[in-house]
Amino acid sequence: MDTLDLARWQFGITTVYHFLFVPITIGMSALVAGLQTAWVRTGNEHYLRATKFWGKLFLINFTMGVVTGIVQEFQFGMNWSAYSRFVGDIFGAPLAIEGLLAFFMESTFLGLWIFGWDRLPQRVHLATIWLASIGTMLSAYFILAANSWMQHPVGYQVNQAAGRAELKSIGQVFTNSTTLVTFPHTISACFLTAGAVLLAVSAWHLKRHNQPEVFRPGLKLGAWVVLISAVAVFVSGDAQARVMTEQQPMKMAAAEALWDDSAPASFSIFTVGTLNGDADVFSVRIPNVLSLLATGTPDGNVEGINNLQRAYERKYGPGDYKPNIPVAYWSFRLMIGFGGLAALVALAALWSTRGGRTPRNRWLWLAGVIAIGLPLAANSFGWIFTEMGRQPWTVFGVFKTAQSVSPSVSTGDAAISLIVLTVLYGILAVVEVGLFVKYARAGAPEIPPDSDDESPDRPLAFAY
Amino acid sequence: MELTTVWFALIAVLWAGYFLLEGFDFGVGILLPVLGRDNRERRLLINTIGPVWDGNEVWLLVAGGATFAAFPEWYATLFSGFYLPLLIILVALIVRGVAFEYRGKRDDERWRRRWDRCIFAGSLIPAVLWGVAFGNIIRGVRLDEHHEYAGTFFDLLNPYALAGGLTTLTLFVLHGAVFLALKTDGETRERAGALAARLAPAAIGVAGGFLAWTAIAHRDGVGLALFVAAAFCLGGAAVATRARREGWAFLATGATLVLAVFGLFVTLFPDVMPSTIAAANSLTVHNASSTPYTLKVMTWVAVCFTPIVLLYQGWTYWVFRKRLSVEKIPA
Repeated sequence: MDTLDLARWQFGITTVYHFLFVPITIGMSALVAGLQTAWVRTGNEHYLRATKFWGKLFLINFTMGVVTGIVQEFQFGMNWSAYSRFVGDIFGAPLAIEGLLAFFMESTFLGLWIFGWDRLPQRVHLATIWLASIGTMLSAYFILAANSWMQHPVGYQVNQAAGRAELKSIGQVFTNSTTLVTFPHTISACFLTAGAVLLAVSAWHLKRHNQPEVFRPGLKLGAWVVLISAVAVFVSGDAQARVMTEQQPMKMAAAEALWDDSAPASFSIFTVGTLNGDADVFSVRIPNVLSLLATGTPDGNVEGINNLQRAYERKYGPGDYKPNIPVAYWSFRLMIGFGGLAALVALAALWSTRGGRTPRNRWLWLAGVIAIGLPLAANSFGWIFTEMGRQPWTVFGVFKTAQSVSPSVSTGDAAISLIVLTVLYGILAVVEVGLFVKYARAGAPEIPPDSDDESPDRPLAFAY
Repeated sequence: MELTTVWFALIAVLWAGYFLLEGFDFGVGILLPVLGRDNRERRLLINTIGPVWDGNEVWLLVAGGATFAAFPEWYATLFSGFYLPLLIILVALIVRGVAFEYRGKRDDERWRRRWDRCIFAGSLIPAVLWGVAFGNIIRGVRLDEHHEYAGTFFDLLNPYALAGGLTTLTLFVLHGAVFLALKTDGETRERAGALAARLAPAAIGVAGGFLAWTAIAHRDGVGLALFVAAAFCLGGAAVATRARREGWAFLATGATLVLAVFGLFVTLFPDVMPSTIAAANSLTVHNASSTPYTLKVMTWVAVCFTPIVLLYQGWTYWVFRKRLSVEKIPA
């Protein structure tokens, strides 16, 4: 292993880990804000209990997203200094704007929300969670604009003399077609994830007939959010696939392990074989679906890996322009599969609890609880697919991963960093999951009767 | 004024804001085992910064992001060059952030003790290392002709940089003690105020020594004026802590930090990272900066949104302006 391999492993591990917490934060902040709005509007105490319960789980998760986010911003400079020098004129702007517009908003208003229950008027306090929630979505937009620029660079020009890419139009960067399809896809996946959290925790309680007044609505809300989000994920993912085929045809070909051009192209659900171009040992295929996915027509031509490799050699010079095909192939399928499975569980949960029913089938409850992991896995595979599928490039067609790594960082230092962060993240995962389970099992708190103590010396409503 | 100069100044403002705000957070964290004798007292200390520490830390993220956007060469050289110290800072900040949020989530004395140690170490380490990092930036490091850091980890631990680390540490601890005297009531306020009064002379010695060292080594007129102003404020802080004028004391330690950071940046200008190998290898506001177009875009963003951020962050401090005492910490 050299510095490049270690830096890639670190980026992969820290980013996938960070993105376990991010979607729960984005989705749950809005759901908690919605529940609190329902309480403020109706005065129904069940909504307040739900707000407090889901809010606590949201905060346990939020902390991890915040602290792992610092690593994300630092490691571009630490491990990828050559990349930072080359793209900084363009890539730095969305990161700085994300900090100024989004991070300040999230952190400040969440601080106000957590500690402000008895310090702010009810409606102002409600506004703080909505503002924090909007902050999380703004953050998603800017970081996805930065990532989309790596997938499909626009609004720039390479200055050969200065050895860097230079920004020509910030408007083009922020309205990149890739950003416009990636943002709804990612945000709906975030809601799907948060819906699954509600569904899973509620299923655990309902099976034990715990607090059905909180957890039956929790289950329904979670399941509906999962279902509606799944439709949005599907529609936006479909649009994204077409944009991707146009902008990064190699990624689409790798996703299907399609070695030769094909029209119409079929989609394989799974394959037993090497995926290296030899005949498959066994595969389950649906005719025409890949053509439909990639081009929008059932018999459109989908370019194969071999042709694209030859075309890229002509365009970019000799080299291997293929990503890791098995990784691309399987991560694409696992993303779709886990996401689809989550939608099925949500459908089953809604069907079996219709009209006040409480099913006795323990497998159904088990599936409900497991549902929490399905979108997390789907999200991870989605990012692994989109990032690994772009290889060998960091900026598609412009700058290669092998050129991006820090020349001044030794293999030893990179190894120390990878090991330290991985071990730390491992320990924190155990702590986080432990707390999450503890508070999930504790159930929704009872609301204490309104205290008459209005004196300035009354105890705080919440303290660490 | 050229936009490169504007952005150099803005980055100085972001670091000054970070030191001003997270400076007292770090101080509170370091004083946790000193001033917090039992769990209730320690909770009181933590809750003085509870609603604001996360927003304060964002100043660092924006400083980092702004450096990336406005001076990519500086960002790349600095972050890859100061690799291990930054890794240590990252670990410290991660552990510290988690500790604040998770400490009270289990009713278990051993659990709390463990997180208390994390808060202490997670505050102490960055408080020292940021000073070491700035010391090295001002002093200059071994940069080769590609602007890559050519030194080692141990080169960063030179006497001048270590004096910088000691300076940020003492100033942050003093700033934290003054903050606690301002934000608490009862016996805690009393003890924090007394501690601040005892710490102030030490801070004058350490910070005064470091700033004098810097002034003598660089002979920068404006920098010297700012250092003198910083020293004057620190002297004022010493007088105010003695007189238990808590508001004035906090203003004075805050002004000390801001003026010292400005003085260091002025001393650095127009370099952003001088090379000790050859002056031609140094990174400056000119050869490290982004294009004028990017700087113009970023200037508009900063001009439009910074006032809004300052307003709502200021409002948070207003909302939580009341003093806390152990009686107000719920059981």
